[in-house]
Parts: sequence; C-alpha cells; structure tokens
Amino acid sequence: MISFLMHEKQDTVGVAVVDLKAGQTVQGRSLHGNASPKVKVLSDILLGHKIALVNFKPGDTVIKYGVDIGKIVAPVKKGEHVHVHNLKTKRW
Amino acid sequence: MKLPTFLGYRRANKRVGVRNHVIILPVDDISNAACEAVANNVKGTMALPHAYGRLQFGEDLDLFFRTMIGTGSNPNVAAVIVIGIEPGWTQRIVDGIAKTGKPAAGFSIERHGDLQTIASAARKAKEFVQYASELHRVECTVDELYVSVKCGESDTTTGLGSCPTVGNVVDRICAMGAIASFGETTELTGGEHIVKAKAATPAIAKEFMKAWDNYSDLIMKEKTDDLSDSQPTKGNIRGGLSTIEEKAMGNIEKLGRRTKFVGCLKPAQAPTKKGLWYMDTSSAAAEAVTLWAASGAVVHLFPTGQGNIIGNPIEPVIKLSANPLTCSTMSEHIDLDVSAILRGELSIEQAGKQLLDLTLRTASGRLTAAEALGHREFVMTKLYRSA
Repeated sequence: MISFLMHEKQDTVGVAVVDLKAGQTVQGRSLHGNASPKVKVLSDILLGHKIALVNFKPGDTVIKYGVDIGKIVAPVKKGEHVHVHNLKTKRW
Repeated sequence: MKLPTFLGYRRANKRVGVRNHVIILPVDDISNAACEAVANNVKGTMALPHAYGRLQFGEDLDLFFRTMIGTGSNPNVAAVIVIGIEPGWTQRIVDGIAKTGKPAAGFSIERHGDLQTIASAARKAKEFVQYASELHRVECTVDELYVSVKCGESDTTTGLGSCPTVGNVVDRICAMGAIASFGETTELTGGEHIVKAKAATPAIAKEFMKAWDNYSDLIMKEKTDDLSDSQPTKGNIRGGLSTIEEKAMGNIEKLGRRTKFVGCLKPAQAPTKKGLWYMDTSSAAAEAVTLWAASGAVVHLFPTGQGNIIGNPIEPVIKLSANPLTCSTMSEHIDLDVSAILRGELSIEQAGKQLLDLTLRTASGRLTAAEALGHREFVMTKLYRSA
C-alpha cells in the first residue's frame, strides 16, 4: 500500500495520503519519475501533512514539486512531521 | 476533430451563455434596498447587492464600471435592470450593457424615492423575465465556452489531485479553441518563474512579471508580519500546507502541462481571442470569481482541499476535491470527488475526462452544488479608499 506521495523523485518531503502512526514503516511513490522510498515514521502525521524523507538541519532548503518551497528553522529527522513549526517561507 | 457539444444560450452578440439570469443591479450601496425589493416582487429575478459605487476615482473607478458593465454583459445574463441613486452613472452602466444587444433599463431614485422607483423597475423587470422565459437553449460547441479557474482552501491534496485535474481540462479545452483564464497573483509567489515560462511570448512574460511585481510590492509595503496567518490561510495550514511557495506550486498545476498563456488581463477585463489568459486578481475566492464573471466567463472550475464553499450569482462554480475527509464530511458542496487519485485508483487523465463531462452537463443546465445551496457571493474588488 502507498502511504505517501511525492511529486518529483528529488523531493525531500512526501505527503501522507493516509494518517501515519509513529513506529510504522511506510512505502511512498513519486508521481513523476520512479522513486519508491520506504521510511520509518517517527511522529504521528495526518493525511495531507508532510513527512521528512531526509535529515534536515536549520537553514536547509526543502524540495517539493522538484523546487524550493522554503527553509528549515528547527532540526528535523527523516520520518518526522514537517510543517509550520519547522518550515518557513523564504518570501514575505 | 468533432467538438463536444452542450446546450447553451446564444446571445445577440453571438456569445454563448449557460444560464439565463435576469439581474437587478445596484449602481451603489444605497440602491441595494430598492434592488432587493424589486427582486422580492418579481419571481425569477436576482438582485446583486454590493458595498461600493460612491466617490470612487481613477483606476479604482474604471474597475468599478468595468465590473458593473461586465457583469450585466455576461452571456449568462438575459436582461438587466440597473438602479442607482442618480441618473448619470446609472445610464452609463445601462449604455455599456446595452452594447451587447440585450435588454437593459435604468432607474434612479433621486426625485422619485424608493417606492416609485421600485414600482417602475418592477414593471420593467416583469417584462424582462417574461422575455427571458421564451429564450431557448441551442446546441453549442466547447470552443464557444469561456471557463475561469481558481482554487480555494487548498491543501496538499489540491496539488496532488484536484488542481492537476483542472489543468488537464484547461489543456483539453484550449486545444479545442475555448477560452480559459487563471489569476490569483499573490498565490503564484514561489512559482512565478514557472508561470513566466508558460507565457506564449517574451512580451507577455514581461507583462505578467510586471503585474506580479506590483502585487508583491504592495504586500511588502503593507505587511506587518510574514503573512503566516493570511497566506497560507489557517485552513491551508490545517490541511498541511506550510509556505506560500508550496501553495503556489499546487495552484500552478491548474495551468495545465501543455498550454501557454496568450495574454494578460487587468481585473474584470474581457479576453479578446481564444486560449488561456492570465488575469491580475486577488486570491480571495469571491472577489476573484466576481472579476472573472465580469470579464465574461460562463463556468468556473474550483478545486478545493479543506472545503471552500463559494458560489457566484452569474457563473456556476463547479467544485472538485481530492481530499477524502472533505468529500465525506462536506459532500453537499462537492460536485466531483477525485480522491481516488490519492489512492492510485484514478489517473489525472481519467479525472480530467470526468470533469470535462461534468462541465458540459453543467453548461447544459445541471445545477452545481453551490447553486442548489444558494451561494451567490458577489464581491467587488476595490483598489484603494474612496475620495
């Protein structure tokens, strides 16, 4: 079963398409390209929310749709929830 | 290629509408009461109350007249009663609408009072309704449609499912010779370079970037924080969107994969030829759809994630969602459920075909969820304070 989707194979976050529970190992797939990573989930992540596919440190750029969607402002481990508490716009 | 067909109203100026409204249009805020009184008395008419029309000036006044005249001129409108406080601006709007060849009549309140104005306008409105009731739908082809597109309360599922579905329809209908339009200038922020690359010529790309820069400058000038409660909205954030860049990338999926845009429009300005057009609009749903209806769009495609419930009095708003939670908890608002895309059970191509079929059924008269629920959000865009 596919539990998260990526837009492009180089994306560093995926989108949960079901609710994910910490401790599960889940399978993802990219809509374009042919990535199909498996990730161990470290935090509960609701449908529609993002899961980190790599380890991030503050200042890192997050890639989704194959492009820059903002910067990391707090450390994030692969498998953790990525959202407004650790990801901010580079605009505005 | 044989073009898909639908049953529409071909107007005197050859433009095709998909609804047959008789509207009672106030010139200004203080004429709303008379317009609503007429609409209450004459069945089958619809008043469009709004907040503006007094002491506007400059470009803001130009936009006001473009919106008023454009709304009355929309091919979804059969006939128009205009009521204003004084005869000058009232007649200017009537004359603008009458250029389409449709019946339009103006009434002004000064030197008559509300009650006499209501009586005179109601008599004319009754004539117009009876006239409209004898107009009939005829077979029209998809290249006669003008479709606007905008999403609302988006989330990560709009970028994965519902916006690419709209993009698929934009590619299909533009290839068939229809007109389409996208906008939401601020919500292209983070992907403006991608939109720029979709312009048909370098001159159009430059014009788009000028409009985007202007809007961006306004935000930088007026903002008091990082807009983290406004763009993305609280609803966007609840649905998983974290930044304006992420939101923009989902939004841009609506532009399709193959289609280049052929021009840039000011708010409420009508396109002059076939193809996809950029319009400089706000990203607020009711404001933006009102501008497109005033530019002549007859059907709107509206992807939503968390469940924006908007409708418009002039153009039917077709809603689709790929969010399974929204499709189950707000089913009465959703015209097309494409959540199977998230489960890998429906391709974008298949979803696009379903949406095109539903668009043509809606154009032929099927009521949208928003129409059935009475959503008639008519919200004019104002550029700055009145004099």
